Amino acid sequence: MLPGQLPRLLPAGFAAGPASMAGHLARYGPLPIIGRGGRHPASVIEEVNRSGLTGRGGGRFPTGRKLAAVAAGHAPVVVANGTEGEPASAKDKVLLARSPHLVLDGAVVAAEIVGAAQAVVVVHRSVREIIDGAAAERIQSRADRVRVRVVTAASRFVGGEASAVVHWADGGPPAPMARPPQLWEQGLGSAPTLVQNVETLAHLALIARYGASWFRSVGTPQEAGSMLVTILGAVRGPGVHEVAIGTPVAELLSLAGGASAPIQALLIGGYFGSWVDAAAAACLPFSSAGLAVLGLSAGAGAGLVAALPADACGLRETARVAGYLADESAGQCGPCLFGLDAIAWALDQLADGRSRDLRLLRRWLGQVDGRGACGHPDGAVGLVRSALDLFGPELQRHARGWCCGTTSVLPVPPRRQR
Amino acid sequence: MTARTAQTQLRVDPIACDGRGLCAEMLPELISLDDWGFPIIRPDALPDHLLGDARATIRACPKLALRLERRPWR
Repeated sequence: MLPGQLPRLLPAGFAAGPASMAGHLARYGPLPIIGRGGRHPASVIEEVNRSGLTGRGGGRFPTGRKLAAVAAGHAPVVVANGTEGEPASAKDKVLLARSPHLVLDGAVVAAEIVGAAQAVVVVHRSVREIIDGAAAERIQSRADRVRVRVVTAASRFVGGEASAVVHWADGGPPAPMARPPQLWEQGLGSAPTLVQNVETLAHLALIARYGASWFRSVGTPQEAGSMLVTILGAVRGPGVHEVAIGTPVAELLSLAGGASAPIQALLIGGYFGSWVDAAAAACLPFSSAGLAVLGLSAGAGAGLVAALPADACGLRETARVAGYLADESAGQCGPCLFGLDAIAWALDQLADGRSRDLRLLRRWLGQVDGRGACGHPDGAVGLVRSALDLFGPELQRHARGWCCGTTSVLPVPPRRQR
Repeated sequence: MTARTAQTQLRVDPIACDGRGLCAEMLPELISLDDWGFPIIRPDALPDHLLGDARATIRACPKLALRLERRPWR
């Protein structure tokens, strides 16, 4: 593969269906062997460190450090996280559906690096058959020395949180677990566990093949490589695109066909992300450092940009999503269970113009932030805070009974199916 | 042993916690309750003179949700 050439992960052009094993090998070449009879795992971890690869599930944690921590443990396992429970995001599903072998390569590479005999690949139910087919192809051709087990993800938002995925793959409920112990110490079946997002693993499979310098030939010096981005809302061609990290936000919107209506704001990073003014964000690079000037806590997050048209209401949209996130609480931690419900209710009151008093909402946001076993409450709080920052001036008009919204763009599953 | 106390922190396991509220009555210096009755622990390190009270509070929690933790990785 030529340095700097995109896409790296997704098929070039619009070939229908998933890439076959033969097509996959023709494009990328053979997967190097790591461990017994191949490259030394420590040197591959060094390579990953040099590449600067970070977690593409939203956490942005350095992948090399995670690999090293798990490799130091006894009899570890690898879990590939393709849950993607977020209703607005499609990038992991598209990756799994189009390039299943690249993800499986990455799971195998990760397992060989850390010395795991098994990789568990947890995938959204919509792509289960494709992954089963790809896994069967690999067993037939005896491609891997690592056993791959495919599991259908739990269909709920919080089920994608790393410890919830492990819990679920272990036969438990898809709910986060108390930490410590950290997953790299004690996870699946009490073994040291490496949990990586499927996109991260796909990048890892390419770093194992082509090296760190190749990986760094796109992106920014601080945030190297490419990333998958789901672009939706008021654009002509919503969908998943692979972009170099640092690509200007306006260019991202052009990739999705450009604006289909005047755009007032962008939701960046997903339902745990932040609202930003569309004009202020347009010329900024899509990277955590580039977006930091807007005060984004989650940065580029899990790679999502939703364009809010002028005729949709940011307060109403956020209230709907806040209600969904409250319903999606695993219900284990009091502040999340009760607090998110209260926050969603208060925001709904404000958006409906039934109240103009922000004090209660602000108080609850402060009380809930950082008080769960996982980041679910914090993510929801961050989203609501960014909505108040950007759309706060509209509250006065809402209190007088006026709302700009006639359409809506953020998908929220109907309540009965949640 | 200022080195030790500077790194020791009272923590609650939010999954185990049921919001019984005993802790906030026993250790109001460090623990308050949120609007739903769940403990908010001051994030600063545990001062030396409260170590004994903290240990008593940990023993009193009916859900065994409190613990002392060396200030962790983050």
